Amino acid sequence: MKIKFVDMAFKKATTIAALSVVALICLLVYSMALRSMPAIQKFGWHFLFTGTWDPVKEVFGALPFIYGTVVSSALALLIAVPVSIGIAVYLAELAPSYIKQPLSFLIELLAAIPSVVYGLWGIFALAPFLRGSIQPFLSKYFGFLPLFQGEFYGVGMLTAGIILSIMIIPTISSISREVFLAVPFTQREAALALGSTRWETIRLAVLGYARPGVLGAVILGLGRALGETMAVTMVIGNRPEISASLFAPSYTMASVIANEFTEATSNLYLSALIEVGLILFFVTLIVNIIARALVWRVSNKVKGELRE
Amino acid sequence: MKKLLWLIIAVSAVSIMAGTASAAKLLLINGAGATFPYPLYSKWFYEYAKVDETVNFNYQSIGSGGGIRQITAQTVDFGASDGALTDEQLKAAPGELLHIPMTAGAVVITYNLPQVSQSLRFSPDVIADIFLGKIKKWNDPRIAKDNPGVNVPGDNIIVAHRSDGSGTTNIFTDYLSSVSAEWQSRVGKGTSVNWPAGLGGKGNEGVAGLVKQTEGAIGYVELAYAVKNNLPASDIKNKSGNFMVPSIESTTAAINGKMNSMPADFRVSLVNPDGADAYPIAGLTWILVYKNQPDKVKGEKIVKFLRWAITDGQEYSAELLYAPLPEKMVKKIEERIDEIRY
Repeated sequence: MKIKFVDMAFKKATTIAALSVVALICLLVYSMALRSMPAIQKFGWHFLFTGTWDPVKEVFGALPFIYGTVVSSALALLIAVPVSIGIAVYLAELAPSYIKQPLSFLIELLAAIPSVVYGLWGIFALAPFLRGSIQPFLSKYFGFLPLFQGEFYGVGMLTAGIILSIMIIPTISSISREVFLAVPFTQREAALALGSTRWETIRLAVLGYARPGVLGAVILGLGRALGETMAVTMVIGNRPEISASLFAPSYTMASVIANEFTEATSNLYLSALIEVGLILFFVTLIVNIIARALVWRVSNKVKGELRE
Repeated sequence: MKKLLWLIIAVSAVSIMAGTASAAKLLLINGAGATFPYPLYSKWFYEYAKVDETVNFNYQSIGSGGGIRQITAQTVDFGASDGALTDEQLKAAPGELLHIPMTAGAVVITYNLPQVSQSLRFSPDVIADIFLGKIKKWNDPRIAKDNPGVNVPGDNIIVAHRSDGSGTTNIFTDYLSSVSAEWQSRVGKGTSVNWPAGLGGKGNEGVAGLVKQTEGAIGYVELAYAVKNNLPASDIKNKSGNFMVPSIESTTAAINGKMNSMPADFRVSLVNPDGADAYPIAGLTWILVYKNQPDKVKGEKIVKFLRWAITDGQEYSAELLYAPLPEKMVKKIEERIDEIRY
């Protein structure tokens, strides 16, 4: 009797804990929507598709911030994913054990560095280096692309993308490594038995099998990149403009909120900033839904392949 | 298990009682607002604790915007702001809010030109056109005209400004609006504006970082930050036509320059003042209190503190690189403080 009661109470307690997340998100969206009403009513859909951000004249449009957030995160993934998978494969499959431990430790240490430290390093070390060496190089050999044109400031979209990629590499690589380690040994043995080389074994047996898990790791990394505030704010140049060039300064949603929220005095200004927060929430949601759908498709495909 | 639970309850009860016992001795007065005067205010609260041991000030430097919101909502006993409240904001408050000037600060224009060893000089219209993005090269004839004999290089000018909302930006854009009609109509003044040119850095350190790292950059930071970090500071031409070095003395002179036109509620901008030795890019910072204090005990303590701060407290200003208020101004403020009822 007593045991039954404890069981029930335990189930109730965990259910409440789980549901509280749902309630929290609903409450979050509700209060943000409520507080951003003045801006929503005033600007409507224009808020999403215009690029003027003028706190003095109280004209607000969030497009450059949305663009900046999406592009800087995409850039970060572009750099971080191949590197992280390389790290994870090396750690899981190739590294001798006396390297494995210290290297894993160092990578996890990277994740523990506060983002303001990344930002300071970005502005004082990375930005001057990019301006002095990398940007002139890119401009000289790839300057025919609009991506690499314009003046070298050091800070800008490229710098933000690189900082973000460094910040998400630990997340993606350590989760991917765990995923690779979880691949059953029979998979590798089967591939080796068929006469595969080391590379073929990894490609066929490990990478193929681990695809959904790696995608999951990438999503977690992307989540961090989308919401990262401090480090990005310090190196992106904070200019609400959409430019094809990666050298140009840009601005992200999280940055504008962090920059302007404390001194926003008028109601419309404040609600415009809260609406940016709401949009950031939905952008993150949409990106996550797309990514989940991708994982789901890939994992189904993997299951299908395994059945065949 | 039960014993443990009782122990926890007993310990927490004792600690709560101990907490209230020690709090009963001290009257806690809460304030929130501007970050710019925070170092001075915390010095004041520390020193004032020796003058009056029964009161404890707690100040949250959450920014002027937050300070105005909190004093309007009456969640704090006093607010603080680097910008004067608008008529609308005053109307939104449940009672009459008084602006009590506490100190003044100045904004310094700094740059990165390793080839130039002496301080550069700027006329107001030249600064405005640089920040409007109209003067693009350092060897522009208008810059050269203010700096005879200085070999200014032909680098591109890279403008750096604050990306976060700040009182420093408010003072600087206030100045630009007062000297340039084009700035006034295109950009205007505020804690954040729609910058026509340049890169944004977060905080004084962000702007200073951009300027230090980028040859040919120009930016603005507050006086205290520029002095402490040995940043090059430009001399700015004031209303009388003199090029003034930013300093504590020339900032106090800016307050003096506005004394004749000082409104009774002290909502005054210090930019472009009269006076041969006044530095033209300066601003006041205020503490905001209700004229009718809701709490008699707290009201009395706040009034006593304010009086101390604008008299004895002013001696701490200079060492922290804030401009002390001139005598004449202090007298006027004391009269204003006398109006507070509790």
